[in-house]
Amino acid sequence: MENEYVIQNGEPILEIKDLSVSFDTTRGRLNAIRGVNLTLHKGETVAIVGESGSGKSVTVKNVMGIASSNQVVNSGEILYTYVDNGEKKTVDLLKYTKKKLIREINGKHIAMVFQDPMTALNPLFTIGYQLSEGLMLHKKMSKKEAWARSAELLEEVGITDPELCLKRYPHQLSGGMRQRVVIAIAVSCDPDILICDEPTTALDVTIQAKILELIQEMQRKKNISVIYITHDLGVVAKVADFVCVMYAGKIVERGTAQEIYFNARHPYTWGLLLSMPDLSTKDDRLYTIPGSPPNLLHEVKGDAFAARNAYALEIDFEEEPPMFRLSDTHEVASWLEHPDAPKVDVPEELQRRLEHMRSKSRAPEGGNADE
Amino acid sequence: MSDQDYILQVKDLKQYFYPDRKHVVKAVDGVSFNVRRGTTFGLVGESGSGKSTIGKDLIRLNDPTSGSILFNGEEIAGKMRRERIKNLTSKMQMIFQDPMASLNPKKKVIDIVAEGLDANHLYSSREERTEKVCRMLETVGLSREFANRYPHMFSGGQRQRIGIARAIIMDPDLIIADECISALDVSIQAQVVNLMKDLQDARKLTYVFIAHDLSMVKYISDYIGVLHLGHMVEMGTKDDIFDHPIHPYTKSLLSAIPEPNPETERVRKVQGYDYFTSGIDYDQGTEHFLNETHSVLCTDEEFARWTI
Ligand SMILES: Nc1ncnc2c1ncn2[C@@H]1O[C@H](COP(=O)(O)OP(=O)(O)OP(=O)(O)O)[C@@H](O)[C@H]1O
Ligand SMILES: Nc1ncnc2c1ncn2[C@@H]1O[C@H](COP(=O)(O)OP(=O)(O)OP(=O)(O)O)[C@@H](O)[C@H]1O
Ligand SMILES: [Mg+2]
Ligand SMILES: [Mg+2]
Repeated sequence: MENEYVIQNGEPILEIKDLSVSFDTTRGRLNAIRGVNLTLHKGETVAIVGESGSGKSVTVKNVMGIASSNQVVNSGEILYTYVDNGEKKTVDLLKYTKKKLIREINGKHIAMVFQDPMTALNPLFTIGYQLSEGLMLHKKMSKKEAWARSAELLEEVGITDPELCLKRYPHQLSGGMRQRVVIAIAVSCDPDILICDEPTTALDVTIQAKILELIQEMQRKKNISVIYITHDLGVVAKVADFVCVMYAGKIVERGTAQEIYFNARHPYTWGLLLSMPDLSTKDDRLYTIPGSPPNLLHEVKGDAFAARNAYALEIDFEEEPPMFRLSDTHEVASWLEHPDAPKVDVPEELQRRLEHMRSKSRAPEGGNADE
Repeated sequence: MSDQDYILQVKDLKQYFYPDRKHVVKAVDGVSFNVRRGTTFGLVGESGSGKSTIGKDLIRLNDPTSGSILFNGEEIAGKMRRERIKNLTSKMQMIFQDPMASLNPKKKVIDIVAEGLDANHLYSSREERTEKVCRMLETVGLSREFANRYPHMFSGGQRQRIGIARAIIMDPDLIIADECISALDVSIQAQVVNLMKDLQDARKLTYVFIAHDLSMVKYISDYIGVLHLGHMVEMGTKDDIFDHPIHPYTKSLLSAIPEPNPETERVRKVQGYDYFTSGIDYDQGTEHFLNETHSVLCTDEEFARWTI
């Protein structure tokens, strides 16, 4: 086709707009997502970080149309832009039925890798069956073609004996191999978007590093955009172009990886950065964010983080902070950015770490043993 | 140093499995290490290297194939009656990875924490039992009101505290923590690790800490052993291991640690290590010492080559 539209790098392909989601529970209505905005551009990687329960998985499950049945969408749209028959098309995924999503979008355009590879694999079928199934459905391949392509895919994800692996059942593979298979399935139909929800949390560092490099390689090769969910800030530093920090169902800070690691402004982001020991941490105790997240069964008044925030202002308990713009890419929902707010410095320990990180960044390549 | 400083002395421990007639899995293949009382010994190594197997050998969930394990100076590795094993290992407890999977969902917190007490008849009245459990809940930072709730009503961090309470209530000398923080998010990991450190100081506990998060292992451990394919390839204080790694496997493992720094992380490449093409044969290696605490498994020739 001559005039086939091609989405250029940097064009938005997924825009989550003002998404607000609740769950009906026996104890009442739980407001899990309270107005999330997130844009993913072609070729980019966006990471979502935040405490357990902050709403990371629920957000992406809505993109995949795999939300639980007790979920209620209060507002929002999820705009997905793709090329269909050579033409650019934008659709609202929230308006799709589950059936339509599975038939037209999932796997083919948007694929997902879960934390536990076992949940994505069916224990009753061989790897070969599970890989070729999608190829036959979405790529209209014959059984034989699909099987051959499956072997190629396994090879691409670094499995040494693909033919043998195709004949095996999930439980006969190690955790690292299983996750490779899941990635092979996810990229098999050349999706535009790959969503990874804690893909390496259950794996050891050696395999984790290999899987991350594999995802990056696949991404480069096929120009896939990636949404990455993790609570490992080391992993985020490795893979993400942009970082969204989520707290109690909202994105409270967003920016480039540079901006979030070196110039974070939200006290919650400071807390997250501090609670992870880096290799130079010598203190006797690790920093912990005091208290616990608010109960989302109740209405949140003011800033949801206020009660745990050592820098909270009076207004934090009264009114929800708007997003303050710090640069074209950096935004933060904190009253501390208001022109009338007192000036607050980054906590001392974080400053010490940043110094250390900066000196490391300046150090020549390969200077690993610099301490 | 007198032997009494060591709570645990493991010598030439082997654990072989025979999944079928044709195969033998040498999960642990001649591992020796000592753990000093009141310290934390970190065990690291890739998936399948034998970390959990060693942990299970120590607490006698496995029957070691051969080798010796002295716990508080007494041999616990040999074939012996269950009763005797139970007795010898009563001062040892294990905390598991997945707090939910290791807690019985149908039992109330009080009964979960009291399990060990019940099994060993360690109270004289219901009131004493309740009191002991409630005090333990408070020790791990949970309110005593939680005693009558069920595990699913707790967050991940709280559940892991219940797991710790269940272990500590037996007043152990040694705790084997197998990936006990891996499933938790960073902010909760920090709470649990701080709690473990406090308990260690207050009770002179010794930990064998197994985890795949190496920055956390570095943070919590005094000594670290690096396992690969069932062999302890390098051992030392955390500074020996992190600042002066000698073995190529250790170097490769350390190079895989992601650091929270986007500038360095972008360009960092993991140092590869493939045992089967490396020319190294673990069976040929012997323990070579760099200093009193730091040792590496290798041949004389490898030692000379790696330490220039
Ligand atoms: N089906 C459901 N019914 C009721 N509440 C739910 C349901 N699914 C999720 N929630 C709640 O929604 C909130 C957000 O959950 P979500 O799974 O998105 O968290 P998360 O950020 O992915 O956390 P984690 O890091 O633990 O995976 C939590 O409070 C959770 O308990
Ligand atoms: N009961 C068993 N029967 C047969 N093989 C076993 C048994 N238990 C462990 N193994 C094997 O022994 C080796 C070491 O396993 P182990 O569980 O100790 O690894 P690990 O270092 O704890 O790994 P991970 O980080 O994945 O938990 C693996 O190859 C495993 O498959
Ligand atoms: Mg999640
Ligand atoms: Mg294990």
